[in-house]
Amino acid sequence: MSKTRLVLPIEGMHCAGCVDTVQHALAVTRGVSSASVNLATEKATVEFDDALTSAADLVKAVRDAGYRGDTTSVSFAVEDLHYAASVTGLEQALARLPGVIHASANQATEFVTVDYVPGAVASADFERAVGETGFRLAAPIDAADPLERERAARAREIRVLSQKFTVGAIATALAMIGSMLLETAHRSDVAHGLDFLGRLLMPVAEPLRAAFPLAPAWVKGALALITLPVLTWSGRQFFVGAWSGFRHRTADMNTLIAVGTGAAYLYSLAATLVPGMFSRAGLPADVYYEAAAAIITLILLGRLLEARAKGRTSEAIHRLAALRPQIAHRVRAGQIVDVEAASLTPGDLVVVKPGERIPVDGVVTEGQSPVDESMLTGEPMPVTKRLGDEAIGGTVNATGSLTLRATRVGNDSTLAQIVQLVEHAQASKAPIQGLADRVASVFVPVVIALAIAAFVIWFDFGPAPALVFATVALVSVLVIACPCALGLATPTALLVGTGKAAEHGILIRGGEALEMLSRVRTVLLDKTGTLTEGRPSVTEIVPVAARDEVLRLAASVEQRSEHPLGGAIVAAARAEDIELRSVDGFTVLEGRGVRGTVDRQVIEVVSLAYARERKIALGPLDADAERLAAAGKTTVVVVAGTAARGLIAISDPVKSTSRQAVAYLKERGFEVAMVSGDSRASAAAVAQEVGIDRVHAEILPSGKAALVRELQQDGRRVAMVGDGINDAPALAQADVGIAIGSGTDIAVEASDVTLIRGDLRGVVVAVDLARRTMSTIRQNLFWAFIYNILGIPIAAGILYPVLGVLLSPVIASAAMAWSSLSVVLNSLTLRRFKPAWGA
Amino acid sequence: MTVAQVIVTAVGVAAIAWVLWYFLFSRGRPVMAALADGVQEVHVTVKGGYTPDTIVVQAGRPVRLQFYRDETDDCSERIVFERLGIDKALPAFQTTTVEFTAPAAGEVPFRCGMNMLKGMLVVEPAPARE
Repeated sequence: MSKTRLVLPIEGMHCAGCVDTVQHALAVTRGVSSASVNLATEKATVEFDDALTSAADLVKAVRDAGYRGDTTSVSFAVEDLHYAASVTGLEQALARLPGVIHASANQATEFVTVDYVPGAVASADFERAVGETGFRLAAPIDAADPLERERAARAREIRVLSQKFTVGAIATALAMIGSMLLETAHRSDVAHGLDFLGRLLMPVAEPLRAAFPLAPAWVKGALALITLPVLTWSGRQFFVGAWSGFRHRTADMNTLIAVGTGAAYLYSLAATLVPGMFSRAGLPADVYYEAAAAIITLILLGRLLEARAKGRTSEAIHRLAALRPQIAHRVRAGQIVDVEAASLTPGDLVVVKPGERIPVDGVVTEGQSPVDESMLTGEPMPVTKRLGDEAIGGTVNATGSLTLRATRVGNDSTLAQIVQLVEHAQASKAPIQGLADRVASVFVPVVIALAIAAFVIWFDFGPAPALVFATVALVSVLVIACPCALGLATPTALLVGTGKAAEHGILIRGGEALEMLSRVRTVLLDKTGTLTEGRPSVTEIVPVAARDEVLRLAASVEQRSEHPLGGAIVAAARAEDIELRSVDGFTVLEGRGVRGTVDRQVIEVVSLAYARERKIALGPLDADAERLAAAGKTTVVVVAGTAARGLIAISDPVKSTSRQAVAYLKERGFEVAMVSGDSRASAAAVAQEVGIDRVHAEILPSGKAALVRELQQDGRRVAMVGDGINDAPALAQADVGIAIGSGTDIAVEASDVTLIRGDLRGVVVAVDLARRTMSTIRQNLFWAFIYNILGIPIAAGILYPVLGVLLSPVIASAAMAWSSLSVVLNSLTLRRFKPAWGA
Repeated sequence: MTVAQVIVTAVGVAAIAWVLWYFLFSRGRPVMAALADGVQEVHVTVKGGYTPDTIVVQAGRPVRLQFYRDETDDCSERIVFERLGIDKALPAFQTTTVEFTAPAAGEVPFRCGMNMLKGMLVVEPAPARE
């Protein structure tokens, strides 16, 4: 008998009574030796004999008691499951794992789905069980991770496509050699003239024919057999897709390829089997087997390259998703246990060792360490996390050891939200896609109609043998048309563009936001928190005598104050390691300052206005007071008894990168303006420092939205940059709202664009990327349209009356494969994007 | 014009007309949504198209459409009901639920992300009740 311990998450418990019910239900289950249920963590810990009962029984017991045992499921692809004689062994091996409730394998899809108790069993266990039954995973399992599954599916697609392509390529090569044996002797001059490749290979064909003097009928039969697997196996997907589309009254790429190659093959087959019928009609009994095989092979090659390139377009999101660590060191009752990060719940304590990835969003409860957040924010400098600081899951703990209390887990975590947001953006559409969409919806049926029309026209008016020309035109039109290039033009560029933005800590809501951002001409910047740090700090101390003493006295009084100005003074003193004295009789002089007794001396820290009102002589400080006020700085006077001891100027410092950001924006031709609720003087001071000439000061939060509207009414397209909370109405009113974040809170709701990092240069990166992405989309759409607009008439033979040229179907299919590949490759050039300052 | 040419021309024109009609204007057999717990529910299989592709529901009542995507083809990756503002991803080999309240009587087209596959939600006026 072996004892197994299982922690079972339970949903739906609200009271101690519920705990008893669940506990009882579990305890009476056969084989259970002990069960304890915790209401706070909503988990049951059960010890049981796994010979007598299983996780499934326990979950059932909980369910029967009226609660839900939380279960989760994972699907993963298993190689060659399709060909396995039986999947029962595999299913049983998986079901035997502790914590697994049910496992089912689907041979058709080659996917296995396992229901299990989260945290009880790890993906490594599944992998082992699969391996032990003699199967191999198609890709690593990542529990309930659609991205991972997509990657696995893509890898499989690439493998299958390569196999199909190889078979196609070999058969095509053989078929080409074979058709050379038919050259000149039995092929009509007209058809020969069409065959571009045949002409190129002419010098080889002669000796080849001399070496193998075979009867044409035999060669044709052999060709039919050699190319059959290309159509029925390599190209099977086109025929299956076309058929299932046909049943649903939809026509797509598959339809075009299937009809095109099917027509070429059947025509050839007729010429092979009943050549008499052709000769009676005065037609050469030519075959086009090699064309049918080459078309399919070339299109497979295009798809193969495309699948590889497409895998790269979503690399950014894969990288983000990969940041999620799998394992966390959880501390419970003084014991450190390694658990799956996914099984953590809010409130859990976790230890993060130096060099490890932080497994969850959490608050530091112990330790201090620099943390590298560059993967999320793009900020290269590590940020030191101390007691009470928030750390983000996925970032890397550098040198110290940290203990965190988990705050947000699973899908609530910052990383998960970023991934979701980026995924959503990548799946969204840019309005520019609208035209391509409208075209795509009628594209294929119209192309089929055009192909038939081309056939009829060649048949009626073309030179003899009309049927040959007509068939070639039909096949060429069908295979050259490429709705895929139209369909891929926008999504691939969006995928790369938004992914690249995420790498720089910029989250773009979707295609529409991106398109709008590329058209904005006016940028309105909020002052506090956007251009400035958003935290007041001491910028200047003007003492009558000793500087440090002024700061010490002021900070000693202010340490009891809750006012942000007081906080700034205390922080300044701490930063200079100035030791504070104790304070007695602390009083807040509402709106004027504070008072307290330090070293038996009454000390006041008051506003300049109040000092003047009290007629406190500033003496030599007077000139400085005037200067500071004129510069828009908040100035307080430190008074000991009735004598002014010094001035402390406090202001919100401008971020180091703001000036550069404004310069870059101006360089790009933007009209840059600043909006602030502060006084004109302080707003003007900041504006001058960063190089903005248009200032809207003393504007209330509600007035900011009105200001945006005013600007819009003048015909401007406005991007508003501000923090997501106070400026929400203005962000929503603007054509593009850009929220500037502080790392953890992603104020995504009101904004179209979120800068995770506080660096205003993110706006420049966002704008540059938006413009690049949009121009890539426009190029893609242009080429996709031009390609089809030119390609289809040429394939139909429009150049024939003028130049005597008719496109070979093989060339047409190569052009088609290239056109959709080129769109994907063009989108991939976006990956090379670098910010203007080359970071 | 030879007889062959006349025949080919006639068949060709007929084929063009038929292709355009079949792919662009014809529609599948409509399927009535089954009512379960006051919700009109329909299961739709997504594979090269939507089966069924014409779904009949009653106005003003909740609708639950269960899309099972039985393929990995990129085309059917998303389901879009433009008029209802719905745009959802359909993971392959999974069932994705789309829920909304049926709008006023009329026709609500739905389609894939690339506008290649199409379906139609036919909203009928709700019958007077009780």
